[in-house]
Amino acid sequence: MTTPTMEMAIREDSLFSKFGQWCQRDKRGAVSLLVLMIIIGIAIFAPWIAPHSPTEQDFSKMLMAPSAEHWLGTDDLGRDVLSRLIHGTSKSVYAAFLAVGVSLLIGVPIGLLAGFLGGWIDIGISRVIDTLLSFPAIVLAVAVTGAMGIGLTNSMISVGIVFSPHLARLIRARALVIREELYVDAARCFGASTIRLLVKHVTPNAIQPVIVQCTLLLALALLAEASLSFLGLGVQPPDPSWGQMLARAYMYMEITPEQMYAPGLMIMVTALTFNTLGESLRVALDPTMKGL
Amino acid sequence: MLLNRFVQAIPIMILATFLVFSLLQLVPGDVAITIAGENASEERIQEIRELYGLNQPFLVQYGNWLLNAIQGDFGDSLLSGEPVLETIFRVFPNTLFVVVYAVILSVVIGVPLGIMASSRPNSKLDGAIMGASSLGVAVPNFWLGMVLVSVFALTWNWFPATGFTSPSDGLSSAIWFATLPAIALCTNGIAEVARQLRSSLVEIHSSQYVRTLHAKGLSPVAILWKHGLKNVSVNLLTVISLLFNKALAATVVVETVFAIPGMGNTIVKAVLEGDFPVVQGAVLAMVVSVILVNLVTDLTYTILDPRIQQV
Repeated sequence: MTTPTMEMAIREDSLFSKFGQWCQRDKRGAVSLLVLMIIIGIAIFAPWIAPHSPTEQDFSKMLMAPSAEHWLGTDDLGRDVLSRLIHGTSKSVYAAFLAVGVSLLIGVPIGLLAGFLGGWIDIGISRVIDTLLSFPAIVLAVAVTGAMGIGLTNSMISVGIVFSPHLARLIRARALVIREELYVDAARCFGASTIRLLVKHVTPNAIQPVIVQCTLLLALALLAEASLSFLGLGVQPPDPSWGQMLARAYMYMEITPEQMYAPGLMIMVTALTFNTLGESLRVALDPTMKGL
Repeated sequence: MLLNRFVQAIPIMILATFLVFSLLQLVPGDVAITIAGENASEERIQEIRELYGLNQPFLVQYGNWLLNAIQGDFGDSLLSGEPVLETIFRVFPNTLFVVVYAVILSVVIGVPLGIMASSRPNSKLDGAIMGASSLGVAVPNFWLGMVLVSVFALTWNWFPATGFTSPSDGLSSAIWFATLPAIALCTNGIAEVARQLRSSLVEIHSSQYVRTLHAKGLSPVAILWKHGLKNVSVNLLTVISLLFNKALAATVVVETVFAIPGMGNTIVKAVLEGDFPVVQGAVLAMVVSVILVNLVTDLTYTILDPRIQQV
């Protein structure tokens, strides 16, 4: 039992001061949030930040070493690598969010239905989830992209499809617990329909672990985009993405080995940021950790 | 128990074949036209439809495909005409070799790191190891492969840059060629093994029975070997079986970087060329191998931890 004074104190905390407290408590989380905001900022304002056009070719300046005009050098078509890196940020970040969005759209409703309805529907859906989880993820994404047609959007929809069983399994487990809760029973007694129960009562209470998982999936989706674009199944020329830049750097590795470092580091830093933020969210949202 | 577990694996296998076959349904437009090519004549397209049974209902097509697949007939490659099963038998050992090599590296390096980190939780050493494993999870393994090639093969000439020798043609040469790819593949595994081992060991070290053992004067090393590692072996095994799945998936890109004639390379090439029978056969072969590894893992649990048998 909490005393009334404590409850009031908690209530008086504004969202802003709560955020400030969280930043102090979890410095690593705060830093990763800052880095993520910078990355998203670069993604949004890419056209204004980039010093050159990402697609403008200059055949007199092919595969140049870093210089004052081209900080990271130029690629095999004389395009400015730094500008491509900056514009690639938007593609890569968009790709990661698209994939996770798709897996949310597919995974959450399916997991909710399986967990909430139970019975044969649950058994059937769970079997499909188990099976899909034994598919090596990127392999399946490559095969689905191949069938749907190559391109950034298609490949990220494939990645989203491939990731959705993870979310479905997670939310199914939560829904299984929540459907037994008293407040769900109460709502049902008041005549709430199944849809209303799912939308108003089950989803808001089941979504927390999903938010954490989504943050971690963003890192995996980013790596998947890089892999698929590297293989030529994702972003199509002349558009830049980090994976696609690595594919070009790979072809000219013996002449300009330094060109592979910047895109690879960007992928690593961004994936690291998503992972760290996910871990921080897990701690911050965990009800058992409240008040610590 | 044994039989029960086998029976459970069967529906998953069948479902996997269905999902793999359904991939073809995702192809937009008429598959027959895709196979025959854009400019094929109407007769040729009709011929292709007859040949591949595409004019039959979907479930009949699936049934026929499954019947053939059970007998080991996955069809022929549309491009080379080689039976898909022969391709799989030719390239799968190469992939398995690299994957097993990477999993062994993950365990051999990850286990000592995990033990070191857990011996002094929240110390500087622990922080460094856990920080390094965060990097190990975030690094794109094909990029690491490129960096390794650039540094160790092209600059220092310690290892061959690309290519592969089949293990059957000489083990030492095969290990030589597979070392850089295996290193590129194993960072993720090292990180997962170290993290999992650390968290399980920390939990065990703070448990009542370990405190009792300390009180009875058992040395920390004896506690670790006789009680700690024995109790985390089941968790570790779970991680290893997951690693197999992940490393197998990662070969798709890493094999391309190192030009290894393996499953990943085969699938990517087949996808880019629209060689559907090869895609279906190769994906299915990978899924079946994962299901088999999971099966073996589950069976090993019962040996490591007799309590599981009752379930």
